[in-house]
Amino acid sequence: MNQTNGHANTGFLTDSTLCIGCKACEVACKEWNDISEDGYDWSGFSYDNTEAVGHSTWRHVKFVENPTTPGLGGNAAGQLPSWGFSSDVCKHCEVAGCLEACPTGAIVRMDFGAVFVQPDVCNGCAYCVVSCPFGVVQKNEHDGRAFKCTFCSDRQMAGLEPACAHACPTKSIQFGNLEELHAKADQRLEELRSSGIDDAVIYDPVDTSVKGIHAFFLLRGDPRSYNLPPEPEVPTIYLKKGWRSAAVAAGAMLGATMLAFLGDKHR
Amino acid sequence: MSRVPLPEVPGRVPDSQSEARLDEIRRQAATRGRVDGHGIKPVGAPFPHATAETGYYGIPLLKEPQWTKEIPLYFFVGGAAGAAAVVASAANLLTKDRDLVRSARWVAAAGGVISPALLISDLGVPSRFLNMLRVFKPQSAMNMGAWTLSTFSSFAAAAAFANLVRQKVGDALPIRLVENASGLLASATGVVLSTYSGVLIGATAIPVWNENIGTLPHHFAASGVNSAVSILELLGHDDSRGLNSLGIAASAYEVYEGFELETKRTRANEPVHKGLSGAIVRTGGVLSGPVPLALRVAYAVTGNRNLRRAASWSSIAGSLLTRVGWIRAGHSSAKDHRIPLKLAENVQEIRKSSEELTQKSA
Repeated sequence: MNQTNGHANTGFLTDSTLCIGCKACEVACKEWNDISEDGYDWSGFSYDNTEAVGHSTWRHVKFVENPTTPGLGGNAAGQLPSWGFSSDVCKHCEVAGCLEACPTGAIVRMDFGAVFVQPDVCNGCAYCVVSCPFGVVQKNEHDGRAFKCTFCSDRQMAGLEPACAHACPTKSIQFGNLEELHAKADQRLEELRSSGIDDAVIYDPVDTSVKGIHAFFLLRGDPRSYNLPPEPEVPTIYLKKGWRSAAVAAGAMLGATMLAFLGDKHR
Repeated sequence: MSRVPLPEVPGRVPDSQSEARLDEIRRQAATRGRVDGHGIKPVGAPFPHATAETGYYGIPLLKEPQWTKEIPLYFFVGGAAGAAAVVASAANLLTKDRDLVRSARWVAAAGGVISPALLISDLGVPSRFLNMLRVFKPQSAMNMGAWTLSTFSSFAAAAAFANLVRQKVGDALPIRLVENASGLLASATGVVLSTYSGVLIGATAIPVWNENIGTLPHHFAASGVNSAVSILELLGHDDSRGLNSLGIAASAYEVYEGFELETKRTRANEPVHKGLSGAIVRTGGVLSGPVPLALRVAYAVTGNRNLRRAASWSSIAGSLLTRVGWIRAGHSSAKDHRIPLKLAENVQEIRKSSEELTQKSA
């Protein structure tokens, strides 16, 4: 899809095979966007205490612990697990559930393809929260409005790359023209495969109603262990069935009420 | 006196190792004033690995709905108000029961005032409610709902006001026209108001909601009719045969709907079958289906008004519980990572599909 208006259609390639789990992207994101703290809760099941992206976490490094696997980092002693890291982010879907659902038009598509929540329009109805098939956007209960990754739209408008990509020390987060990134990802996949890493996959659900994502991933293993759904669907696909059902129900309401009063003694 | 054998208690069997460890703790405490602990084992340990079987440690993939308690209440009030507007128009067209028409108009108008209040108080930024009307967006069920509610409230209020004027000032043709026309427009938007809430929650990523989008609008419509009928009866219209027939129809549909839901035992439907949300949905279903149906039929046979009043109260409680239950079910559904991740019941199956996936891409 080309909605670029002369701007380049940009994207993120998050190459988890290069991620070292340093969380520089999280720090850079929080600092540039001035996001509030998350609290200091321990998750209690891994070294990941942030758990998921949300209203105050727009980049989140997942710590996927696996049984010891040579070549996947980890500890050769066979006691500590291997770690796969992957920096999660809003996927900026081609057909975005949150954007379709937003009743105020606060969520818009930027020229370069970002899905952006306009904070001066959002009224905090929270309908986008249940409409995101990736569980990204969330309402900040203190503030009242919904928040998620802005794709650093402000930085992109100034011709700069997003803060997370800029801060990433290993080029695990790459930013650029979406098509070029796809070419890069394919090349990288080839490289990994030829060096024997045959469980590397690209996660980009192009064959679903989401029609692909602007922030796509290169991972090792099953994307489900990174909480990435195999078949995310944009909820507007259910609308036709829903409104048809509502029309039948509305007709039945009118018909039943008329019939009931046709037999009334007050006639 | 015979000795009663001690009951078996769960726990560890002491052995030389365990006793030696206790001695060691005592020795360390006595000699150093400090004990080297083994560390604690937190609740839930040992922890799962993040694998295809568990997803990402079983952390929910979807976000839970963040609507406040006002939303199920709004569904209830809006549903009843929409159905009341239809009752008003039907009674106006087909009967001479002016009292019923007046009450139904006022119930619709009151619902048209209370509903926006509930909806607005749920917003994170209530002062921006009107932002809902800055766009007309058919693909957003929430936007369609805001437009429907706004028009419904205006027409329901106009119809009720015209009814009042007609009663106080006199039955002039223009005012009768205004009442009837506004009433018809309120009915037309009322049926949307009573049914759209099913589309609203159905067209989301929450599995238990989108699984049932084909039946939720019917279910909510029947629920709305049931509660409108019951409210009007409790307002003193418990002699209207039309209302009782309509109540029988709505309750009968709820019986059918309950049966449908009980037999559709898919995994996505678990929250409406199991747990607290399941119990609430089921109780709501019983109170709005079989209970009022039986009571209303018994009333039609015996003419005992108490039976009918009991049916009304049961239907109102059932309708309210139905909405609360469905919203709660959405919360449980969002917390279940297995459905969006399409995890099979069985671990072997997941491993197999996982292997196939990596082989396919290789």
